[in-house]
Amino acid sequence: MADAAASADKSIQVKLVLLGEAAVGKSSVVLRFVSNEFQANKEPTIGAAFLTQKCRLEDRVLRYEIWDTAGQERFHSLAPMYYRNAQAAVVVYDVTKAASLDKAKSWVKELQRQANPHIVIALAGNKVDLVNNAAASSSSTTEETSEDEPDDATATPAELAQAASGDGLRAVARDEAQAYATEAGLLFFETSAKTGEGIVELFTEIAKKIPIEHILASTRGGGANRPGGAASGSNAQGNVNLDANNQTPKNACNC
Amino acid sequence: MDEEYDVIVLGTGLTECILSGLLSVDGKKVLHMDRNDYYGGDSASLNLTQLYRKFRSDQPVPTDLGRDRDYAIDLIPKFIIASGELTKILVHTDVTRYLEFKQIAGSFVFREGKISKVPSTEMEAVRSPLMGLFEKRRAKNFFQFLQNWKDSDPATHQGIDLDKDSMKTVYEKFGLEPGTQDFIGHAMALYLDDDYITKPARATYDRIILYTSSMARYGKSPYIYPLYGLGELPQSFARLSAIYGGTYMLDKQVDEIVTDADGKFVGVRSGNETVKAKQVIGDPSYFGAGKRVDGGKMRVVEDGKVVRAICVLKHPIPGTDDADSAQIIIPQNQVGRRNDIYIAMVSSTHNVCAKDVYIAIVSTIVETDRPEMELAPGLALLGQIHDKFVSVTPLYTPTASGESDNIFITRSYDATSHFETVVEEVQDVWRRVTGGKPLVLKKREGGEGEQ
Repeated sequence: MADAAASADKSIQVKLVLLGEAAVGKSSVVLRFVSNEFQANKEPTIGAAFLTQKCRLEDRVLRYEIWDTAGQERFHSLAPMYYRNAQAAVVVYDVTKAASLDKAKSWVKELQRQANPHIVIALAGNKVDLVNNAAASSSSTTEETSEDEPDDATATPAELAQAASGDGLRAVARDEAQAYATEAGLLFFETSAKTGEGIVELFTEIAKKIPIEHILASTRGGGANRPGGAASGSNAQGNVNLDANNQTPKNACNC
Repeated sequence: MDEEYDVIVLGTGLTECILSGLLSVDGKKVLHMDRNDYYGGDSASLNLTQLYRKFRSDQPVPTDLGRDRDYAIDLIPKFIIASGELTKILVHTDVTRYLEFKQIAGSFVFREGKISKVPSTEMEAVRSPLMGLFEKRRAKNFFQFLQNWKDSDPATHQGIDLDKDSMKTVYEKFGLEPGTQDFIGHAMALYLDDDYITKPARATYDRIILYTSSMARYGKSPYIYPLYGLGELPQSFARLSAIYGGTYMLDKQVDEIVTDADGKFVGVRSGNETVKAKQVIGDPSYFGAGKRVDGGKMRVVEDGKVVRAICVLKHPIPGTDDADSAQIIIPQNQVGRRNDIYIAMVSSTHNVCAKDVYIAIVSTIVETDRPEMELAPGLALLGQIHDKFVSVTPLYTPTASGESDNIFITRSYDATSHFETVVEEVQDVWRRVTGGKPLVLKKREGGEGEQ
């Protein structure tokens, strides 16, 4: 438990949860953000599911406590505890699988119904590298630059037609996802855990949108909406820390 | 579902979830299923919608109690003893990182029509209104005797042998009155009846020391409680299991426990799918719950009943100094019963209900054919009761240990006010499942929180 972290370096702890259909690359997105790594054939999530990473903005440092689903989403069995007190959520879909956006939408609905009302939700269309590569190799009219700067132009009708006909091609138009995100009040990025595209931007924009003042206020009040869920017993009024007199603090700061 | 598992666990109650978590950490391939669409089984905490669905499915959820999502009402009232066995498991498995705890504000006992704080030290005994002047001196000597006891130092034994002498002998030695014995045996040693009095004093000594050391740990009471209700406990162990590869399926009907010609466990059938595994662990509701199943076999039998009244109050319990949470023990002798009545109260401080609402659960072991009447002395202490949900729950015990057929059935949650017996049950099932290995808690390595 990282008791010292919040106060020692003045970083603000933020609980961020990942949601999305199985195999859309939730863990890979986090792994890219936290360790700048990518594993091509990553096994379904086992063992490590609670990563931390700092995110520096001009005037503040956020310390993300990132919760992975540990596979519990596969059979619709995520516990309410999972998104309890989350200040941010990244809902991931796979740009090559249309059904994964539908699933993402149902997660957004669930979050809006169950989670903290101030939660910042970002929608991430992952695996955009598959679309970029496919577009670059199979279409002579698409410029190389589209790999670096995927903009609205990438989702051309021609590509959508390709997506319908072949594997690994775009199945969700950027426009469509963007329009949905705007309507639902979500941040939106297309990302590639493989190349790193959009990943840092995703987490940085979330950090900018987190209502820090609200978090600090509720922390001081020691109230119900304390950030970070379970992280420490020292800052909320009347909470007890079970680990405190059991042992010396182990790996007190993970960052 | 065509994979084969080491263990299938049925029901996501606390006992099953702790076992599932520990088995997954131990490297077993676990499939965990529950027929409900929520975690916790009998030890769940429910919101108002779920509570009404369970108890009054024909009535709409009231709108005068605040937001549905603010509620997490426990079905089984229990508190965690701060220095008890469950705390050790929580800390060793590191599931504490998913949970937050607060103290229970007070521990009270009923004596001669009134409730008073349970004294836990000789200093408190001296101030306690529970005893008269002379009795206070005797109680002070008794507490000093307990605190000073050292197994290795016969001078501290004052002629008592804890392993041979009964608790009766100890009470008599210090000349304690029956009423004092009541609060020591029932509100501190937390016995539900008086059987302990004639047994060797050692067990009672251990339980009183557990109470006093837990009391000393955080100060207000010996109990702690997880924010958002007890239902968080099974969820946190389920997450532990999932992180170590456990597969979770809620809202999954379990239609049959499939066995071979010798009656040994083969798998679990749900609809027309059958999942195979070497062993199955589950709560009694998946094994007939007292009825004959699978060719006339009686897998669990009823072993008594508990009556529980979940009471919604709009005020703290009178006489508790407006405590935001409390345990009140009504020793059986005080109200002419064989079993204690027990009240557990929590409130919005623990994020289990809306502000200015208090949830008190009154429970006892059923002794007559009018169980709700048996709760009357407890209900009378609550003041005006806004609403009340009464249930009578049979307690089931498995008829076999499971070692011969690989079917391991857990016991129902008993009437005790704490989780110590749940942990005993976990240890017992662990021993049976692993072929006699005692449960040794290993520290969780690496994994979460590391980079």
